[in-house]
Amino acid sequence: MSSIEIKDLHASVDGNEILRGLTLTVPKGEVHAIMGPNGSGKSTLAKVMAGHEDYQVSSGEVLLDGKNLLEMNVDARARAGLFLAFQYPAEIPGVSNANFLRAALQARLPEGEEIDAVAFYKQMYDRMDELGIDRKFTGRSVNEGFSGGEKKRNEILQMTMLEPKYAVLDETDSGLDIDALKVVAEGVNAMRSPERGFLVITHYQRLLDYIVPDHVHVLSGGRIIRSGDKGLALELEEKGYDWVKEEQLATT
Amino acid sequence: MNTDTDAAASIDIDRDKGDFHYDVEYKHDAGRGLTEETIDYIAGVKGEDRWITDFRKRAFRIFEDKPMPTHWASEDLKAINFDEIRYYLSGGDAPKRSWEDVPDEMKETFERLGIPEQERKFLAGVEAQFDSEAAYSNIKAAVSDQGVIFVNSSEGLAKHPEIFRKWFGKVIPSGDNKFSALNSAVFSGGSFIYVPPGVKVKHPLQAYFRINAEQFGQFERTLIIVDEGAELTYMEGCTAPKFETTTLHSAVVELVAMKDAKIQYITVQNWSANVFNLVTKRGLAHENAEIRWIDCNIGSRLTMKYPGVIMKGRKARGEVISIALANDGQHQDTGAKMIHAADETTSNVVSKSISVGKGRSTYRGQVHIPKHLKGCKNNTECDALLINAASRTDTYPAITVRGNQHATQHEASVSQVSEEQIFYMQQRGLSQAEAISLSVNGFVNDLVREFPMEYSVELKRLIDLEMEGSVG
Ligand SMILES: Nc1ncnc2c1ncn2[C@@H]1O[C@H](COP(=O)(O)OP(=O)(O)OP(=O)(O)O)[C@@H](O)[C@H]1O
Ligand SMILES: [Mg+2]
Repeated sequence: MSSIEIKDLHASVDGNEILRGLTLTVPKGEVHAIMGPNGSGKSTLAKVMAGHEDYQVSSGEVLLDGKNLLEMNVDARARAGLFLAFQYPAEIPGVSNANFLRAALQARLPEGEEIDAVAFYKQMYDRMDELGIDRKFTGRSVNEGFSGGEKKRNEILQMTMLEPKYAVLDETDSGLDIDALKVVAEGVNAMRSPERGFLVITHYQRLLDYIVPDHVHVLSGGRIIRSGDKGLALELEEKGYDWVKEEQLATT
Repeated sequence: MNTDTDAAASIDIDRDKGDFHYDVEYKHDAGRGLTEETIDYIAGVKGEDRWITDFRKRAFRIFEDKPMPTHWASEDLKAINFDEIRYYLSGGDAPKRSWEDVPDEMKETFERLGIPEQERKFLAGVEAQFDSEAAYSNIKAAVSDQGVIFVNSSEGLAKHPEIFRKWFGKVIPSGDNKFSALNSAVFSGGSFIYVPPGVKVKHPLQAYFRINAEQFGQFERTLIIVDEGAELTYMEGCTAPKFETTTLHSAVVELVAMKDAKIQYITVQNWSANVFNLVTKRGLAHENAEIRWIDCNIGSRLTMKYPGVIMKGRKARGEVISIALANDGQHQDTGAKMIHAADETTSNVVSKSISVGKGRSTYRGQVHIPKHLKGCKNNTECDALLINAASRTDTYPAITVRGNQHATQHEASVSQVSEEQIFYMQQRGLSQAEAISLSVNGFVNDLVREFPMEYSVELKRLIDLEMEGSVG
């Protein structure tokens, strides 16, 4: 029950099936990494989980602690505890980072309850300091004009503020310099807890040196073709994806 | 985003605050349709001087002669049936100085709209108009002791003819357009304000215009004269209940700022979707005077309003700051007119419009700087935000600048709230309506700050309410 369970998920965009029977379970307390070639469907999986309208689910299930996510709209899924750090975060002109975070937290409170502004700012500043984000970013419009790395850090800031039950990080490491990578990894590690699950999508084994996964999965052709421990990432780095694909072919 | 279909439901926006009406016994009712007799009836009820009745009748002929301006404006104007409209309705009582004395239905109306409370909190004076006439009118003693006059137009005409007549119809001649002619023929209510030289009125004066009756036309007439070195902020609010039939609101507002005077005129309209709102507003700024129109247009079926400033004296300044929100089935046709008529005059226009669903917003600007002048400046910015694929915006800037000794700048932008932005915000837990509200509020935020605090809070609430209704 305390997990995100994806069962035999099929999803398509514009009539093209991208996910073709994907099955994966991320229990609370664990970090799972997903690796896979470009275009294999990793971001598609993340967006389908989050409920993006462009993707049609034809069959399968996604359960969050037993609740059927696929029946919920995007914001209800988020409030149920799902967070997606986007590979390409959107820019929201005119809406300041602080106002945005505040609105997102406010949306989680019961009707009639107001956020404590002082506590909110204190928490936000603390988190920003930890992530090495300059405080002047609070007043800037969400992601507007941010560098690639700044956007990724901002995603992690939002995650630490919203404290989701499950977080999907889609290539959060791409575009980060080495120092930033460490800071972001520390931010994620600080949030690791028996009460929280992570699905980390990455192309680079390097990230997994910092955020050490409990399991590594290979996504190819819209399904998980191999799972293993963190050693699998090293092996992939060395041998590339063709090796797994060939093995997969040999066994099916 | 599948809001295009949902947006159709937006006509039913929960205008919880303004959508109610009372069955009122009107003592004076000019009946339906407009003829010379209608004018005689209004003049008779008011007991007006002959010259004003003649003025009305001349205007009526101009109104009849002028075609509907559908060659440039919306064809929707043809939906107004002037024969069905009721041009004058009143209870027959003089405006009261105390809320206690205001007839119950009217008092309750304004209480539900929060007017007496606002008056206590932050206003220097209030006039509350119910259909054709003011039900309540009061100015704080501290302000009237300074010689400030704040009465309705009939009282201004009767008691202060020398100032009234000097400026009445001078900034906006009856023949300016079809609707200014209509207003000039049948006007009733509105404010007359005079601020003596050097008097800086600290708190705003406010007028509230309430339409209660169905198929009614409200034609208030406001004339504000702020004498040398004096300052005034005037605010107007307006609402009407939601009727099936069309209602017409056609005001004329004339401002006169004498040398070194400052006038700030703030409007927050929240008309229901059956109202045609066709308003002519213009100010005359003498030397080194400043006139600012701060205008927020929410609701109505069609609004046509282009506040203007004629900068007649050296170094006069004119400004129009406007926010327009066109929801499904609505058309906000707004803009600004800046007429530079002296050296070193400066004008600034900042307009932001939001179109939701099939809503349409139009910006029409006119900036005129003749060749013989020196050192004039104009800055025009108009930004449009589109919420849905079916939303529409058009811009018609007409900047005629002659001569080369002027500085003008014009910027325009159109942006769309994208599906990716909405998805991103929803992924953080905001509902679709909250996400759109946040974007819209972000878009107009810098302009909302120009409104007094009490109004900016109300504005934000109104915008949120519109967005809630529009995305279903
Ligand atoms: N909205 C869309 N419209 C059309 N095609 C899409 C859309 N989203 C995804 N696809 C296609 O689906 C396939 C999987 O894309 P996806 O973004 O999930 O890959 P990915 O594994 O995240 O790749 P990368 O490693 O490059 O980020 C690609 O072929 C992509 O072109
Ligand atoms: Mg991807």
